[in-house]
Amino acid sequence: MNRFVYMVPILSVVLLGGFFIWGLKSDRDPNAIPSELIGQRPPIFDLAELPKSGVRSFSNDDLLASENVSLVNVFASWCVPCRAEHAVLTRIAQDFNINLYGISYKDKPQDAVGWLEELGNPYQRIGADIDGRAGLEWGVAGVPETFVVSADGIVLYRHVGPIVGTKQTKRFLETLRNFGVLEKGDL
Amino acid sequence: MIPRLFAVLFMIVSLSQTAFAVEPDEVLFDKNLEFRARVISKQLRCVVCQNQDIDSSNAGVARDLRLLVRERLIFGDSDLQVLEFVTERYGEYVLLKPRLSLATAPLWAAPFLFALIAIFVGLKIIQRNRSRLLLDNFDDDTLPKNRGR
Repeated sequence: MNRFVYMVPILSVVLLGGFFIWGLKSDRDPNAIPSELIGQRPPIFDLAELPKSGVRSFSNDDLLASENVSLVNVFASWCVPCRAEHAVLTRIAQDFNINLYGISYKDKPQDAVGWLEELGNPYQRIGADIDGRAGLEWGVAGVPETFVVSADGIVLYRHVGPIVGTKQTKRFLETLRNFGVLEKGDL
Repeated sequence: MIPRLFAVLFMIVSLSQTAFAVEPDEVLFDKNLEFRARVISKQLRCVVCQNQDIDSSNAGVARDLRLLVRERLIFGDSDLQVLEFVTERYGEYVLLKPRLSLATAPLWAAPFLFALIAIFVGLKIIQRNRSRLLLDNFDDDTLPKNRGR
């Protein structure tokens, strides 16, 4: 029994220390909350059209019956990382067989349209979520966030934050390919 | 004496009121519903500033969630239903008091477990020290010396 008492401090150090070292892993985000939507149908949400954006709005129905995988990207003109992500999204929309839908989150319509005019509009459809209510249905905590929805309407994946950087972009494209998304050239 | 007493009383009163972030345009007219909203808000975690509840967080999402809570209360949901509504969308982590389930059982049990281990080890050490003390005192050579103390 005496031996056991001596083991307690050493055991504590090894167990807790190992746990803390695991916690310090560089690609771990302790603030990340997993999405409740993964494996579920997308929520029912209500989005107005973004006037003068040149594209229509979209709803739950568009996600439930589609030919391709859809990306639902939550963005805003006041969101600085969204600017960085914009180029990546544009490229993904160009190169891959996907639908790129955007939710303009808590943004004045004229600001959102101005932002799109400045950077270009990669979205096939955009919905304006002026008060953030639709974002609450999607479980959005911040901007940007990107949801991957399968062709038959199941939410497959959520990426929190901008898709930027070589490593992150590569990993995201890998994820897309794993879900069966093909590049446009592959047809 | 009096200034010190006053200082202590002042601290007790001011520390018992925590800052809240509810803005005047969020407050409901129905006092009962508003009270329930405040109570519920204190149980929901702000998903951005994750150590605060939405009642005291100034984040935009916190305000949206506060409005959502009030919306559901006006709609007629019970307190539990409102909590469930938010949990459906943001997950169990949004509840500041974790639910008791298989996954959270270790979380709930850990403090008691650590306390038991600490008590066990502590008792063992006390026992060992006590037996050592007893052995020392009953050393044949020193017994007369102890009497003399």
